[in-house]
Amino acid sequence: MIISVASGKGGTGKTTVSTSLALSLEGKVQLLDSDVEEPNAHIFIKPEIKNVENVSILVPEVDESRCTFCSKCQEVCSYKAIAVLPSKNGAPGKTLIFPELCHACGACSYLCPEKCIKEVKRNIGILEEGARGNVEFIHGKLNIGEAMAPPLIRAVKGRIDREKTVIIDAPPGTSCPVIASIQGTDFCILVTEPTPFGLNDLILAVEVIKQMEIPFGVVINRSDLGDKKTEEYCQKENISILMKIPFKKEIARAYSKGTTIAEGFPEYKKEFKKLYHKIKEEAEK
Amino acid sequence: MKQIVVISGKGGTGKTVVTASFAALAEKKVMADCDVDAADLHLLLKPTIKERHIFKSGATAFIDKKICISCGKCRELCRFDAISRDFIVDTISCEGCAFCSFVCPEGAIKMRENTTGEWFISSTRFGPMVHAKLGIAEENSGKLVSLVRSKARELAQEENLDWVIIDGSPGIGCPVIASISGVDVALVVTEPTMSGLHDADRVIKVARHFNVPVKLLINKFDLNEEMSGEIENYAKKENVEIIGKVAFDEKVVRAMVEGKTIIEYTDNKTTQVIKEAWHALSR
Repeated sequence: MIISVASGKGGTGKTTVSTSLALSLEGKVQLLDSDVEEPNAHIFIKPEIKNVENVSILVPEVDESRCTFCSKCQEVCSYKAIAVLPSKNGAPGKTLIFPELCHACGACSYLCPEKCIKEVKRNIGILEEGARGNVEFIHGKLNIGEAMAPPLIRAVKGRIDREKTVIIDAPPGTSCPVIASIQGTDFCILVTEPTPFGLNDLILAVEVIKQMEIPFGVVINRSDLGDKKTEEYCQKENISILMKIPFKKEIARAYSKGTTIAEGFPEYKKEFKKLYHKIKEEAEK
Repeated sequence: MKQIVVISGKGGTGKTVVTASFAALAEKKVMADCDVDAADLHLLLKPTIKERHIFKSGATAFIDKKICISCGKCRELCRFDAISRDFIVDTISCEGCAFCSFVCPEGAIKMRENTTGEWFISSTRFGPMVHAKLGIAEENSGKLVSLVRSKARELAQEENLDWVIIDGSPGIGCPVIASISGVDVALVVTEPTMSGLHDADRVIKVARHFNVPVKLLINKFDLNEEMSGEIENYAKKENVEIIGKVAFDEKVVRAMVEGKTIIEYTDNKTTQVIKEAWHALSR
């Protein structure tokens, strides 16, 4: 089973839930951190990294000696990543490539009438793999200044082993990186906090998940701060509240030092096991 | 006119609470909520919408089944696995590149422009505000952020305002880059946790990569004073000025529940530190 952990609002406890869940389960577990912009799960899992790989996307490179500056590539690029300056008064033209705008669709090289565009790799980040105990760990780290996270997220998800219980720690928000992370997962845990901000962003995340037709449930973190409106919303919308984690300064302090709830407060392990069984039931409904 | 953006790297460190406080403190400003896919600033500023606009961006492929001969060319060439075996486009996976529409031998594929969100010009009790809402499961948040910023700048120029105050989004990717490029200063709000420092470091590197000056504010600093000390050491080493250290204060949540900024809700140590931070930022 593949379980994704998302939230809408940032800082509600996605990483807390995904790392503690991973460390509470027996058998073969895979934890993927797909928050490639700001990966944090490794701080808590402290895996022994065994493999590091560059992740790249394909971007065009033009052989200008054969280019006729016909502008076909510019016409077919939907992302304005190519600009062709035509030849003028006998002086040769110029084909400019803006790799950071390229989505690697491959249209330009395929459709070039002279076949003078080849695709070359452009690094966008790294993927690291390691393990701790029964937990296999994989995450991606987007390069500084890089805008596009989804290709790296897809590379991280390319490591999914369906034989294992897979947990994906997704990024905050509701746009492309979140969608790339939760797409194709069997169940999504939405972690929220019972504040107006938490509820507002939970509602946005629920709308996204419903559209994607992924079964989901809610974990309320710091459940005793804020107000009752989040619970009321879940009841009204018939959304299951899978677990509640109260606010405790000791939990917050353990978190600040990179200690998971499952390790700092072992009595919670059985709560996370229960969470897993609830998810299994919900996913099979 | 100067532009200030509040970012954090890690989510949930208090960006919006700080931005809303600045709304209450700054004079002659326009507010811009650039966290377009999980916007919260409106919950505290309660804008009255004056203008509502559709945001169109990108496109999605559509296959006309009456013309399609199921040759499979599009499916073979699509790099985003967006075309199913029975030639239906998965609108969520489609990146709008239009490659399929160029290669379809029957001309059965058309590109349809996406309505990816809405943006608004509003008035609040603290002055004008520009904000947006990204459509459900839509993309191009970076372009919507750029649009919100340019409208906020136009408004500031027209009304001769001194500040554009921008609430950013978490992360370091496309919407963050769009929200920080060309601003006068980026305030990074962090918290005294290993994750907070790790993520602040990455977003500070991004800001510097784009030549944006950075300042730092430590929120809930007393949750782990040792970790706060580490962040201060980091700031010293990296030559980043810390303009404030705010203690954990349950009144922040209570103010939020009442839909107020902390500045309006109370007058205590927390508000005093935030006021000093605004003075440090705006001097």
